[in-house]
Amino acid sequence: MTNQVNSPAGQRPGADESANKGTNGANGANGDVKTELSGTKEVRRLDRVIIRFAGDSGDGMQLTGDRFTSETASFGNDLSTLPNFPAEIRAPAGTLPGVSSFQLHFADHDILTPGDAPNVLVAMNPAALKANIADVPRGAEIIVNTDEFTKRAMAKVGYEASPLEDGSLDGYRVHEVPLTTLTVEALKEFDVGRKDAGRSKNMFALGLLSWMYNRPTEQTEHFLRTKFAKKPQVAQANIAAFRAGWNFGETTEDFAVSYEVAPATTAFPPGTYRNISGNLALSYGLIAASQQADLPLFLGSYPITPASDVLHELSRHKNFGVRTFQAEDEIAGIGAALGAAFGGALGVTTTSGPGVALKSETIGLAVSLELPLLIVDIQRGGPSTGLPTKTEQADLLQAMFGRNGEAPVPIVAPSTPADCFTAAIEAARIALTYRTPVFLLSDGYLANGSEPWRVPETDDLPDLRVRFAQEPNHVLADGTEVFWPYKRDPHTLARPWAVPGTPGLEHRVGGIEKQDGTGNISYDPANHDLMVRTRQAKIDGVDVPDVEVDDPDSADGETKVLVLGWGSTYGPITAAVRRLRKDGQRIAQAHLRHLNPFPGNLGAVLRRYDKVVIPEMNLGQLATLVRAKYLIDAHSYTQVNGMPFKAEQLATALKEASND
Amino acid sequence: MTDLTQESGPLSLVPKAEAAQSMKDFKSDQEVRWCPGCGDYAVLAAVQGFMPQLGLARENIVFVSGIGCSSRFPYYMNTYGMHSIHGRAPAIATGLATTRRDLSVWVVTGDGDALSIGGNHLIHALRRNVNLKILLFNNRIYGLTKGQYSPTSEAGKITKSTPMGSLDSPFNPVSLALGAEASFVARTVDSDRKHLTSTLQAAADHPGTALVEIYQNCNIFNDGAFEVLKDKQQAQEAVIRLEHGEPIRFGTPGEDGLGSKGVVRDPADGELRIVDIAEAGTDGVLVHDAHAPSPATAFALSRLADPDTLHRTPIGVLRDVQRPVYDTDMADQLEQAVEHHGKGDLGALLAGNDTWTVVG
Repeated sequence: MTNQVNSPAGQRPGADESANKGTNGANGANGDVKTELSGTKEVRRLDRVIIRFAGDSGDGMQLTGDRFTSETASFGNDLSTLPNFPAEIRAPAGTLPGVSSFQLHFADHDILTPGDAPNVLVAMNPAALKANIADVPRGAEIIVNTDEFTKRAMAKVGYEASPLEDGSLDGYRVHEVPLTTLTVEALKEFDVGRKDAGRSKNMFALGLLSWMYNRPTEQTEHFLRTKFAKKPQVAQANIAAFRAGWNFGETTEDFAVSYEVAPATTAFPPGTYRNISGNLALSYGLIAASQQADLPLFLGSYPITPASDVLHELSRHKNFGVRTFQAEDEIAGIGAALGAAFGGALGVTTTSGPGVALKSETIGLAVSLELPLLIVDIQRGGPSTGLPTKTEQADLLQAMFGRNGEAPVPIVAPSTPADCFTAAIEAARIALTYRTPVFLLSDGYLANGSEPWRVPETDDLPDLRVRFAQEPNHVLADGTEVFWPYKRDPHTLARPWAVPGTPGLEHRVGGIEKQDGTGNISYDPANHDLMVRTRQAKIDGVDVPDVEVDDPDSADGETKVLVLGWGSTYGPITAAVRRLRKDGQRIAQAHLRHLNPFPGNLGAVLRRYDKVVIPEMNLGQLATLVRAKYLIDAHSYTQVNGMPFKAEQLATALKEASND
Repeated sequence: MTDLTQESGPLSLVPKAEAAQSMKDFKSDQEVRWCPGCGDYAVLAAVQGFMPQLGLARENIVFVSGIGCSSRFPYYMNTYGMHSIHGRAPAIATGLATTRRDLSVWVVTGDGDALSIGGNHLIHALRRNVNLKILLFNNRIYGLTKGQYSPTSEAGKITKSTPMGSLDSPFNPVSLALGAEASFVARTVDSDRKHLTSTLQAAADHPGTALVEIYQNCNIFNDGAFEVLKDKQQAQEAVIRLEHGEPIRFGTPGEDGLGSKGVVRDPADGELRIVDIAEAGTDGVLVHDAHAPSPATAFALSRLADPDTLHRTPIGVLRDVQRPVYDTDMADQLEQAVEHHGKGDLGALLAGNDTWTVVG
C-alpha cells in the first residue's frame, strides 16, 4: 500500500484540516499517486473528498446524500455533512430557488467541517449547476444529468447558451451522463411508467458515486427494501437503478478512475461508532437525561423549522415514558412543559427563534416559579421568519436578555452535531440542580449536519436524580413545622421541588413577586430587591467547568492571539486554527459551551492574550457580552449569510485580525 | 351522583381523603384580597364548601389560574396551586393533567383571561378533552385593570376605554365552547350557591374537559350586570333553567306549577322558539337532553339569550357527553408502545442499527 496520500482536485496545498497528516503538496488529482488496478480501471487513493449532490427539491438529493453518508460512515471514514435546502417544500421545478443540495466531506483522518469547496458536484439539472458552480473550483469533477439540459430548462435559469458547450466549464472535468435516460432504460423490464422510472435517477447517481468512491452498497439496498417494504416493485426498481449506476461507472470509459478513501482508523479512539445528526443526538440526549434523572420526559412543542425533527423523534419513543404534546401554539408548548414540570416531569420545549419570542413570557414565569425547564432553540436566520432552513447564531442575546425584568437563564450551546447529546444532558443537569429554565442553543447547521459519534456507555452517563421535597423544611417561632416553598438550599440557592400529591406540602406559586422563604405574595420593596438579587446570584453561581484553552505554545507565553467561539462554529474555527498553525502561526483557541454563566476562568484566559478574536454567525453578540463583562476589546468577525463559516475564509480572517 | 371510585370515573386515579374533610380544610392562611362585595367571595366559598363533598386527598388537588381578579383564586385554596400568566392556564394545566392523572386539576379564569388573551388555549383544551375542570368567572368587564370592556361586554358598553360605546360584538362563552367541541358545558350564577355546587359536582363527574361559566358580579366596575337573573321577580322571565330529562319551561308558573312558557322547535325552519304554554299546550315542548350526541340543540338553546338584556338565559348543564379523554388516550399509547416494543432500553437506542467498531 502507498504511504502517500493525495488531495483531490480543487484542493489547494495546505488547505487540509488534518492536524496530524499532511498532504504531499501535489496539486490536482494527476499528481504523484500510486495506482492500483481493479479490473481494468485505475484506483487512486485520496485522503479526503468533498462531494455535493444538487438537484431540484423533488429530486431526492437529501435522501441521496443521507445514503452516501451512511455508506461512508459504515466504511469507517470520518465525515461531516451540510444539507442545504429551500424553505419551500416544492418550489417551482427547475428554478434556482428550488435547488436543494447535500454536501459531504469524508476523509481517512479526523475532519471538522463539511468542507469549503466540493471536489465533485453532481448537478441533476441546469438550475443545480448554476446555483452551485461558483463554489466549485476549477479542476473539480462535475457530473451533469444531460437529459435535463434542454433549451427550455436552461433558459429558465438564464443560460442563453448551453454551459456544457459554451466553454464556461473549461477547466472542470465534466462527465455528461444522461442519468434519466439510463435510469429509464435500466428499469424497462419493470412495470413502471417512464415518469416513475425517471424518479429513480437519484439512485442511479448514488450508484455511480458509490462506484467512484468504492462505497459499500449492502446497506443502501437493505434500506431501499425496508423503506419500500409495502411496495416491493418500487424497492426492486430503485435497487436496479442503484446497481445500474454502479455498473455504468465500472463499464463506461468516461469514468476511467475510481477513488479510495481509507477508513480513518487513527482518527477515532476505540469504541462503537454510528453516524448521527444534531437533532437526533439532541433527542437522544433528552431521553438519556430523563432516564438518568428517573423523571418522565414531557415535550410541549409547536412545529417549526429546523426544530420539528426533535418532536418527530421523541414522539417515536413512548416506550421510554416520553410524552409529546403538539400544542396549539408556541406559548402552549412551553406552558404545558412548565405545567408538567410543576408536576415533577422533566419538561422540555423545542423551537426556533420566532418561537422563543412567543415563549418569552412563560420563560419569565419559569424564572419566577424556579422550576426546571429546558428551552431548546434550534437557531435559524432571523429576524422574523428570516431564513427558516438556514443557520445563524443570532439568538444569543435573545436567550440572554429577551424577557421583561431581571430574568437570568443559564445557556448551554453544543459545538458539533454529536455534541448535542452531551449538551442536552448538561442543560438538564443545570435545570434540575438549580430549579431553573435553561436554554440549549443549537442551530440549523448542527441540527441537520451529521458526523460519526462514539456511542457512550450508559453507565458513563451522569446521575441526574433529584430529591423531591417530602416533609416540612421550616420551624416557626411557635414550634410549628411548615413547608416554605422558597426556602433555598444554601449551596445551590435552589428552592425545594415539592410536587402535587405530597401531603402536607400544599403550596401556591405564581408570577407575582414572592416573599423570601414563604413564597407568599409580597410587594415589599426590600424583599423584591432581595429576590431579584438572589435569583441572579443563583444563576451566577451555577457550577460550570472552566473553559479549556488549546494553545500548543502556551509554555513560552509567546502566543498573542486567542480565537474564542461558541456553538456550531467549533468545526470551522478549529479547522482554520489548524491551517494557521501549519503555516507557523501561533494562535490559541477556546470554545464556550456555557454562555451563561461564563466559566469562572474566562476573564483570566482572555487577559492572557494581546488579542481576542471572536468569530460568530451574527453581528457580534458574544463579543458584546465579553466586552461588557470583561472590558476586553474583543475583535469581532462576523458572517450572516445563512451558511457556516468556511475554514479557509476564516483562516484568512483570523490571520488578518492577528496582524492588525 | 356518579360513583367517582368506579374504575372508569374521571377521578378514579386520584387518591381519596383518608379522613372526613371540612370546608375549613380548604381555606389557606392567606388573606382574601378581593373588593368587599365581590362575587368571587361567593364562588370561593362554594368551591371550598364543595371540595369535602368530592372527598379527594387535598394534596392531589391543583388549582391553576391565569391573570385577573378571579385568577387570585389559587392563593386562597389550601391545595397545590399555580397563579400563572395571562390566558395560559389551560395550556399549563394540560401539561400537568396529562403527566399526572392522579391529580384533580381545576382551572380558574375570567372572561378576559379565557376569551381574549387566552382564547386559543381555551378552545384547544376543550377540543382535546383533557381531564380539566375550567371555572370561567364571567363578569363582563376587566376588573383588575380597572374597568375596560371585555370580550363578553355588551355592544355599545361605555367604559374607560370606550367612552362612546364599545364597537365589539360579545362572545357568548357557552356558544363558543359548544363550537369548540366541548364535551361538557354548563352555566351557573355566583349567588346561587345550591345551583353552583351541583354544577361543580356535575363538572367533577365528567370525564374530560368541563367548562363551567359562572356569572359573577363585579360590584365596582359592572355592578348589577346579572341582576335580571338574580332578582326573583325578573328571574322568572329571564332564566331558563335546564334540567336533563325535564321539559324546558320557564316564566311565572302556569296551571301545572311549571313555567308558563316553553321552548319548542319550529318545524318550519328548525329554530327554537318561545311559546305560551297556555296557548300552545305542552306537547311540543322540548325535553332537555344534555347527553344528545349532536351539540345543535344545546347551541340553539345558548342563542336564546339576549346579549344585551340577558333575557331568556339558559342556566344549567347544556351539554354533557362522553368522548375520548386526551390524557387517558396518551397513557394508553405509552402502554401500547411498551407492549409492542418493550420498555425502552437506552443502550440499544443510542447504538441504533448502524454501527461500526474501532479497535485500539
